[in-house]
Amino acid sequence: MAEKSRGLIEVRDFCLRYETMEGAVEAVSNVSLTVQPGEFVSIIGPSGCGKSTLLNALAGFLKPSSGRVTVDGETISGPSADRGMIFQQYSLFPWMTVRENVEFGLKMRGIRRGERERQARTLLGLAGLTPFEDYYPDRLSGGMKQRVGIVRALATGPRILLLDEPFGALDAQTRLIMQQILTNMWQRLKISVLFVTHDLDEAIFLSDRVYVMTARPGSIKAEIVVPLQRPRQPAMTLSSEFLGLRRGLMSLIREESIRAMGGEVSAEAMKGLAIDLEGQDLAALL
Amino acid sequence: MEAVAIRSTASSEPPLMGGGSQPALQSQPAGGRTHRWLRLHRAEFRATLIGLVSLAVFVALWQYLTANRITLYVRFLNIPTPVDVLGRAVIALHNPVFGDHVLISCRRILLGFLLAGGIAVPFGLLMGRYRILREIAFPICEVLRPIPAIAWVPMAIMLWPTNEGSIVFITFLGSFFPILINTLQGMASVDPVLVRAARCLGAREAAVFREVYLPASLPQIFTGLTVGMGVAWVSLIAAEMISGQFGIGYFTWEAYSLVQYSDIALGMITIGLLGLASSFAIRIVGRLVMPWVAPR
Ligand SMILES: Nc1ncnc2c1ncn2[C@@H]1O[C@H](COP(=O)(O)OP(=O)(O)OP(=O)(O)O)[C@@H](O)[C@H]1O
Ligand SMILES: [Mg+2]
Repeated sequence: MAEKSRGLIEVRDFCLRYETMEGAVEAVSNVSLTVQPGEFVSIIGPSGCGKSTLLNALAGFLKPSSGRVTVDGETISGPSADRGMIFQQYSLFPWMTVRENVEFGLKMRGIRRGERERQARTLLGLAGLTPFEDYYPDRLSGGMKQRVGIVRALATGPRILLLDEPFGALDAQTRLIMQQILTNMWQRLKISVLFVTHDLDEAIFLSDRVYVMTARPGSIKAEIVVPLQRPRQPAMTLSSEFLGLRRGLMSLIREESIRAMGGEVSAEAMKGLAIDLEGQDLAALL
Repeated sequence: MEAVAIRSTASSEPPLMGGGSQPALQSQPAGGRTHRWLRLHRAEFRATLIGLVSLAVFVALWQYLTANRITLYVRFLNIPTPVDVLGRAVIALHNPVFGDHVLISCRRILLGFLLAGGIAVPFGLLMGRYRILREIAFPICEVLRPIPAIAWVPMAIMLWPTNEGSIVFITFLGSFFPILINTLQGMASVDPVLVRAARCLGAREAAVFREVYLPASLPQIFTGLTVGMGVAWVSLIAAEMISGQFGIGYFTWEAYSLVQYSDIALGMITIGLLGLASSFAIRIVGRLVMPWVAPR
């Protein structure tokens, strides 16, 4: 695209080691990936493979041990409101009402109270949260908390949105609704999204592309393009195209998840495990 | 069913959310507000009622033991009856000297406690945030902290030119450490995810401190203030008994010297009520300052 790029994420040969008492632990090893401006990309991989680590580096909380992490060509030097993040845990400020939470980023920008309130009200209205704007977060359900979290992250108009298993703690129904909300917001705002998940269906349903990571130390095992047309509908998850993608992803992930789970298990036992799991829903185990 | 619901939000553009939203809000029965209020506060009524009954039983037992001068190893011979004490209380309330004692004690508490809070809270917040401050101040605190405020009495008398100054100092010392330690603990238990969330939203150092660390520590700070207020009273009364002129602690001790046994009980009850009132005041302030904490 010839337009000024907004939200181009480039990760090149990214490595990250944690220093511990037992020496350096390599969490992420040689990851390279790209998210084009306006693209929706998911990362899927077994537990502990370094997905949160990668996202934390993109948010600016961790420095790469080696390699480069840039947004629109600029090296990331610290956290910024340009990069919104939704955490694995709920992270609304308990001492602020829903509206005050949404206003927070605007307040940090020095926007006046009246203007802040107006903008926050508009956003909350769009997300259907108006009746709850004066609630404190502990009165909200899990789904609603994450919804407010997303609205809060989007309020400052970030170039990219990083989501770390945002719907992991939600039930299946709420999850579907949240996916729909996220898709709608993404299409409307045209920002780049990097979405970490354990859930195969979620990754395929939401994304333009999916990166599959290996067990720790995590690196990119495969990259899959999701050619499903948009807008996507839940019924599509039953289409043969979707199921084909799912099968492909599942076989890619199978070895990794077993490797992640059974680090100390003998080869014999692992073979047995692999047979037991044949044909079952591995996503539940990831 | 569910697929239909989602499809409808997917196809129509404007509303970004899909799920059912406002259930509880509109379902309020029109006339039933008082009824509802009564139902929601049933537990409190119950607690109040039982509390009153148990207080009444306590006073009745006291009256029985003292009026009949019971001696069961413990001797209730010279202990004033509640009726005696009530009589003295009526007299005392008409005597401006008693009021002065109470006022002087309150002034000392207020001064000592406000000084302690005013220093310990900011100091604790800074210590919690900056490791270097913690490293410098912590050893001193750890050595001074176990010394009961009463043990400071001789030192306080030497340090301060006036009696009043040394009593306020003792009160200050008593409440300082509980407030400091709790503030530190509050700072240490701030959820790091909230700090990171704030930084992702553009908050810089000062804003993170003001908008995250401070409010996140407030509940623990108020715990410290409540404990500190209790210890302030303990320290004050002890100091007044030892070195005082005036004050409710002095009044109580003097009653013993003057063989005014009813006044001893009156002094004690007054101290209890003042302590109760001051922790209640802190609770009220806490609720005003922390509206997000559910009252309990
Ligand atoms: N602060 C740390 N010090 C040492 N090791 C760490 C630290 N944080 C994470 N690790 C290790 O690095 C690896 C990657 O962790 P990370 O949290 O990024 O995994 P993840 O893919 O997000 O896992 P999950 O899916 O369970 O959230 C893990 O093996 C973890 O034990
Ligand atoms: Mg993680």
